[in-house]
Amino acid sequence: MTIQQTRSKAASVEFKHVTKRYGKEITAVDDVSLHVHAGELVTLLGPSGCGKTTTLRMIAGLEMVTSGHITIGDTDVTKLPATDRDVAMVFQSYALFPHMSVMDNVAYGLRINKLKKDDVRVRANRGLELVGLKGYGDRLPSELSGGQQQRVAVARALVLEPQVLLFDEPLSNLDAKLRRQVREDIRDIQTGLGLTVVYVTHDQEEALAVSDRIIVMNNASIAQIGTPRQLYDAPKDEFVADFIGEANLMDGQIESVENEIATVSVDSIRFELPAADHTTGAIRVAIRPGRIQILPENSPNAMAGNVLKVTYAGRHMEYQVATAVGELFVVSDVDSDYVEGQAVGVGFETKGPVLLKV
Amino acid sequence: MLLWLSVGIVGFCLLPWYVLEDGLWSFEWLFDGYPFNTDYAPAAFLLTQGEKLWLSPIPLFLLFPLVSQVFKHSTAQRSNVLIMVGVAGIAWMVMQGLGIGLRGWNFEALGQLFGPLEARQFGMGFGALFVFATFLFFLSTGIAGRGAVNGDVFVVGAIGLVIAVVTVFIFFPIVQMLSSAVRDNDGVYSLTIFAEKFFQNKFWGLGCIQGGTRCGVAWNSLFLAVLVGFLTTLLGLVFALVATRSGLKRGNFLRAMTVLPIITPPFVIGLAIILLFGLSGSVTKLVADVLDLQPTRWVYGLPGIVIAQLLSFTPIAFLVMIGVVEGVSPAMEEAAQTLRASRWQTFKTVTLPLIRPGLANAFLLGFIESMADFGNPLVLGGNYDVLSTEIFFAIVGAQNDQGMAAVLAIALLIFTLSAFYVQRRWLGKKSYTTKTGKGDSGMHVTMPKRVLLPCYLVAAVWTLFTATVYGMILYGGFVEMWGLNNTLTFKHYITAFGVGFNEFGIHFKGSAWDSFFTTLKIAATAAPLTAMLGLLTAWLLVRQNFAGKNAFEFGTMLSFAIPGTVIGVSYILAFNVPPLELTGTGAILVISFIFRNMPVGVRAGIASMSQLDKSLDEASLTLGASTWKTFTRIILPLMRPAILAALVFSFVRAMTAISAVIFLVSAEYNMATSYIIGRVENNDYGIAIAYSSVLIVVMLAVVALMQFLVNRNGQGSRFAQSRTNW
Repeated sequence: MTIQQTRSKAASVEFKHVTKRYGKEITAVDDVSLHVHAGELVTLLGPSGCGKTTTLRMIAGLEMVTSGHITIGDTDVTKLPATDRDVAMVFQSYALFPHMSVMDNVAYGLRINKLKKDDVRVRANRGLELVGLKGYGDRLPSELSGGQQQRVAVARALVLEPQVLLFDEPLSNLDAKLRRQVREDIRDIQTGLGLTVVYVTHDQEEALAVSDRIIVMNNASIAQIGTPRQLYDAPKDEFVADFIGEANLMDGQIESVENEIATVSVDSIRFELPAADHTTGAIRVAIRPGRIQILPENSPNAMAGNVLKVTYAGRHMEYQVATAVGELFVVSDVDSDYVEGQAVGVGFETKGPVLLKV
Repeated sequence: MLLWLSVGIVGFCLLPWYVLEDGLWSFEWLFDGYPFNTDYAPAAFLLTQGEKLWLSPIPLFLLFPLVSQVFKHSTAQRSNVLIMVGVAGIAWMVMQGLGIGLRGWNFEALGQLFGPLEARQFGMGFGALFVFATFLFFLSTGIAGRGAVNGDVFVVGAIGLVIAVVTVFIFFPIVQMLSSAVRDNDGVYSLTIFAEKFFQNKFWGLGCIQGGTRCGVAWNSLFLAVLVGFLTTLLGLVFALVATRSGLKRGNFLRAMTVLPIITPPFVIGLAIILLFGLSGSVTKLVADVLDLQPTRWVYGLPGIVIAQLLSFTPIAFLVMIGVVEGVSPAMEEAAQTLRASRWQTFKTVTLPLIRPGLANAFLLGFIESMADFGNPLVLGGNYDVLSTEIFFAIVGAQNDQGMAAVLAIALLIFTLSAFYVQRRWLGKKSYTTKTGKGDSGMHVTMPKRVLLPCYLVAAVWTLFTATVYGMILYGGFVEMWGLNNTLTFKHYITAFGVGFNEFGIHFKGSAWDSFFTTLKIAATAAPLTAMLGLLTAWLLVRQNFAGKNAFEFGTMLSFAIPGTVIGVSYILAFNVPPLELTGTGAILVISFIFRNMPVGVRAGIASMSQLDKSLDEASLTLGASTWKTFTRIILPLMRPAILAALVFSFVRAMTAISAVIFLVSAEYNMATSYIIGRVENNDYGIAIAYSSVLIVVMLAVVALMQFLVNRNGQGSRFAQSRTNW
């Protein structure tokens, strides 16, 4: 690969108490502060309408903040329009100019920025090569497949060697198989060039696979920031627990806290966890479907359950189990053979349960 | 910044400040006493000679920003200075322009305040134009500098430009007209005079209901407009249904028909009606011979106007209705059918309710068009007076009562603006369009027989009638004297378009050539300006967000609802005297066309721009292109078909327009349409008809050329197939 030939000027991005309002009623982004390190791929993840795209567009300069400050590298860009920011963006619809050839599309930014003709050609060609589209320069965007168009959009943004590269749901128009491949390509290019990338998606699987860190947003503010594993294993609240992977949520009780270790009970199950900030009293507990064990009836440290529904899913079995704390969704080994109506015991794996903010 | 400052200085120091007698493009002033002749002198020279001292603050305004640049204030402060200077400069120019006229002070109060003024001034010229542009640029740079529209100077400047021209050429004339309506002949303001004029019996009399005498003109106009609105809507619906729901493949033929009213000068239909039904018309004679009746003048008056307007405006209603009828998703009708509704029930319970807003829209359009129509009532009106013709006769007739014309124009304006308002407020929000843009499959349900048969019948009769009318127009030009002497002759064509040769080469000796060339020249000047202004406005409306956007949109669309006669009257009232002396020039014709046709350019631009994904602009912006570059390199190339359509449309409309034109033409700048009207008034039908046919053929050629170009270039989504042509 020719990856090393394209230099990177990757810079960090910082939001300080950024708020964006439309009119007086709608607050799209509410007092958000975040820091994206140089050379890092950070995903903005959240349900539609959570403010993630607005956040991305504010980095690009396509939306202006209502209050707060945005810094890229060492420069305060809060008041700079998109034209004057050293940021490039790959759009959901790709936004390839239909009246220009692939080469002209990729070279557009270079020409606009008044580079020499030879430089333009060399860099545009290198960009196309980087995304594996060498020799496609004379075609029109409409003559390419969706995946290829996507790559052209990436190349067009890359050749400017921007301080920050932005992706707005870049995979949403591709079919499932292509999606996996393109996201790996994007990740390879990003790590290879050491780019700072901010990536918006609503697909939690995509976010987990591609990111250094994930910023989960909900209702115009940040719900949690962390590495994929942190978010999956230790979600802070119900929203994050439920949005990243599936989670069973239930009521529990912290019986005592000693030496930062809390003793928790859920129905008749007892377990110990680091207390963090939690204190004695009622608590919400989250646990992943794969970390619940279905045991024989009356097993130790298990609660009573009743199998409601059994689904064979190929790789694993899925069970719906009724318990005193509600219906639980359990994924277990494909060779397990519980049947509907069977009385069972339900237990938690040691690393399973997570305490949530109430 | 410096560039614009130098533009301002050139305007102030080098170009003649006042308008030149010989028109904008003559350069005689360069050799004739420039720069010291006070008629031609730039403002700077006038001041050094101690003339026109009221211009002296202007250079201060021009240079002040430079001073403030030198002291390094913050950006915000400098922006504030620019805004102040811009506002002050524009305000000063407007004030001195309005305040000081041909006879010194324009307002007595000013004379009392400052003492009598010996000096006088003419309309503003090139120099003033440049300086004004500079102030406008100062103002928009200042506003942009304060962070409006993301600090984009180009966008703020464009908004400023559109607001400025719309204010000067739409609002200013209308306000002038209103003010002249409330003044008596001595120039004293008086509301009672206005009320007396406005509510006189001639306008609002109800004599016709009480039996006997005639009704007021206002009622006449209203009745005619309602009738025509209703009938055109009905016909439009019939055609739309035939085109989409009959299973016939006639859609293309009907669509081609909608081009007709665009390329037909508005009174030509009226002429043809006279040829058919007039006193010596073919049909009249035939009927008279067969039934042994005395030929009458029945067609002059309401019946004639209604027939002519139906022929003229039905295609417009069709255009509205076919959009709505096609907008009803076939899935809706199919759903109704799977629920066991019969064809008739489906039509009655699903299709018809869904197209109801379209019906209202078509009705209002027909109403406005009929109200504003001038050509047909003029030719066919007889004793049935309507507002638009009354306005004309108030100005050109023996009365020459501009105040009266203004009052009539206001009445007309009230009608059309209310219709326009209703259309926007009430219908703007109601959209029953059920297509989502995602591939809607399925076929439109064929209509039930009991609807279809009457539709066919009406459509067939109408089509036959239209064909006859246009046949008459083409044929009529070759007839010696219609109805009296039916021998065929080229006489009219030779009189109008004779070409001879003399020692200088080709000699256009036909009487019509002058107006023909003027028309072409003016239309060709107006078309690109109209398209530019229209598309720029559309771009601002679709792509930019700024405070007051709704008011901005309303203002630019307003001239759509202002009838041409009203524009004509207000222009002669406003631009006959300084500060803008334009009457008698070609410029006033060009300007009137620009603002009459701009809304169409705006609509076309909005429609085609809405189909361009906004992320295309944004992609260009994030790649470092400025708004201006994005506009020129991305938006404009992608809008080529819309640009072409706007160009051709405004060109054709400028060639066929009559209502505003008839007030604004001069001996030097006579237009084809007013020439024809002149022939008609002299009962010289042969030449009028011959000339009309020539116009129709010329415009048909233009439209066909456009179709060819558009198809060759490919529209929007067709880039893929047609790339070899690029």
